[in-house]
Amino acid sequence: MTASPILEVNDLQVEFATRRQSLVAVRDVSFALGAGKTLALVGESGSGKSVTSLAIMGLLPTAGRVTRGTIAFQRGSGETVDLATLSQPAMRHIRGAEIAMIFQEPMSSLNPLFTVGDQIGEMLMLHSNLSSVARRAKVLEMLDLVEIPAAASRMSAYPHELSGGMRQRVMIALALICRPLLLIADEPTTALDVTIQAQILELMRRLQRELGMSILFITHDLGVVAEIADEVAVMYAGEVVERAPTRPLYAHPRHPYTQGLIASIPRPGRAPGERLVPIHGTVPPPSAMPPGCAFAPRCPHAGPECEAPVALTEAAPGQLARCVKLRELAAHA
Amino acid sequence: MLDPLLSLQGLTKVFETPRGAVQAVRDVSFDIPRRAIVGLVGESGSGKTTLGRSVLRLTEPTSGQTFFDGVDLNQLDAAEMRAMRRRMQIIFQDPVASLNPRMRVGEVIAEGLRAHGVGNVRSRRDTVADLLTEVGLEPDHMARFPHEFSGGQRQRIGIARALALEPEFIVADESVSALDVSIQAQVLNLLLDIRDRRDLTMLFIAHDLSVVEYLCEQIVVMYLGRVVEVGPSREVYLHPAHPYTRALLSAIPHPDPERHTDRQILVGDIPSPLSPPSGCVFRTRCPHAIPACAEGFHAPTVVSPDHLSFCKRQKELA
Repeated sequence: MTASPILEVNDLQVEFATRRQSLVAVRDVSFALGAGKTLALVGESGSGKSVTSLAIMGLLPTAGRVTRGTIAFQRGSGETVDLATLSQPAMRHIRGAEIAMIFQEPMSSLNPLFTVGDQIGEMLMLHSNLSSVARRAKVLEMLDLVEIPAAASRMSAYPHELSGGMRQRVMIALALICRPLLLIADEPTTALDVTIQAQILELMRRLQRELGMSILFITHDLGVVAEIADEVAVMYAGEVVERAPTRPLYAHPRHPYTQGLIASIPRPGRAPGERLVPIHGTVPPPSAMPPGCAFAPRCPHAGPECEAPVALTEAAPGQLARCVKLRELAAHA
Repeated sequence: MLDPLLSLQGLTKVFETPRGAVQAVRDVSFDIPRRAIVGLVGESGSGKTTLGRSVLRLTEPTSGQTFFDGVDLNQLDAAEMRAMRRRMQIIFQDPVASLNPRMRVGEVIAEGLRAHGVGNVRSRRDTVADLLTEVGLEPDHMARFPHEFSGGQRQRIGIARALALEPEFIVADESVSALDVSIQAQVLNLLLDIRDRRDLTMLFIAHDLSVVEYLCEQIVVMYLGRVVEVGPSREVYLHPAHPYTRALLSAIPHPDPERHTDRQILVGDIPSPLSPPSGCVFRTRCPHAIPACAEGFHAPTVVSPDHLSFCKRQKELA
């Protein structure tokens, strides 16, 4: 990663307390996001990608807590803070103003009882000293920026009166109204139809160019990742198993899980009758993690050496993977 | 197309609502050849789910004919339809969610057998064990409850349940949409195996064109209740004819960062089915629309044998 990262997560571990035991949901997660860049956190259900993003936002549910590691965030003032240990009041100044988040389901962040204009305006009320007239002007400008047609009349609309794509735009407006340095987008296009998804991705790319924010993009969709990310961290069962700039990751995936994920996607250009190669089995539950490599039980290359813990190691310049058989696999490739 | 198992002719479904008539499915006609998997693709509001349900008369069609093995299902009385139902089944997106959570997997799968009085308790148990094995689960899973299974395993349970009565035809509605991609590939391959082993005919409803291209021999593309394009799946995928199909394909994000395509981004949302546009239903978002497109829905243009596009300007745009 070039320049100084705006966000640097180091050795993050998140545990959830249950009645019987404490379960480790995320362990040894490290990555860095450069200013103005997009990092995709990609993984399937249970990979820990959403837990990681909630830990960064300080929004973990009460049963969850960060038990190890640091989340260094470079504030607009230039000061660097560790979000993992920041007090809730201090976090409230940053959340919404300097770090904002959008979700898969816009209705989870929009209040059905308030108009679009009031909700976006409220953010400015919390984080600025603008007059109500100035706030209204800013909200209108923001709605224009996210390409909501007839923005002035949509100010007084309620969320349910808008289509799914429009709600997503409103949520983006709400997230960006205070011009955050970092936007965390958790599956923001997953619930949308593909033609609407294309509109929203295009919008996010344009807003990033114009506003210069960094984006942490959380998704399960490797197609979306290829379109939007500069760098990728692939997560599996609570760990980052591979980290690389986007192009080399797709051209030469190093970890067997990344390879399996890419081979599972249907795409044209197969010979007639040629089958997809799925990954066998399912993700182990956090209560039954294998001792060494978490992917070993499903891995076609697994051997006895995979039962020992394994760290992220350099597989190629700039490309890291968590696999003891990296050299061996590269030799066969 | 020779001897289709299923032939839809002018199938239409209108829902009467307090706000007016919703034309969910309008004048849909296509054939499903025996042992073929036909993919029905469309976005939210296209009418694809309503069409799938109307074919099986789970939703009563308003008009049109559904010939199944030469018999018009829409003319059958309740008893005749009940007998016919054994030959056709449906699999839902989460096949287990709609069932009684206190039923064990064995009962879930055997329910149809019991309802149709097939076999006795012991023979049904054997059938369930065989079905579980066929779909890649273990026979002793029959004693467990559905909630103990992952999404992919539930989909396998739904497939086993659908196969219990040895149907000839299955409607699969968004069967892999909620699954992780590595699990999705497992289930798609299972569906292909089962089709080959049992000579099944399938209508596979999905919003993901890449999945449909992989699984299906033919694609039917719907938009706002209408079929806009029908054809062999690879041909439709590689050479889409209708402007909507082109836009849909160009919107799919490809897992290849090196690929640079001129993306065509559709403007706006799908119109309300309460007041669909006159003429071509796609014209309000179509980059090629001309005033003539507002007049009358038109006969399909033959692009190549078996490949039809319902676009007035097909010849000019080709």
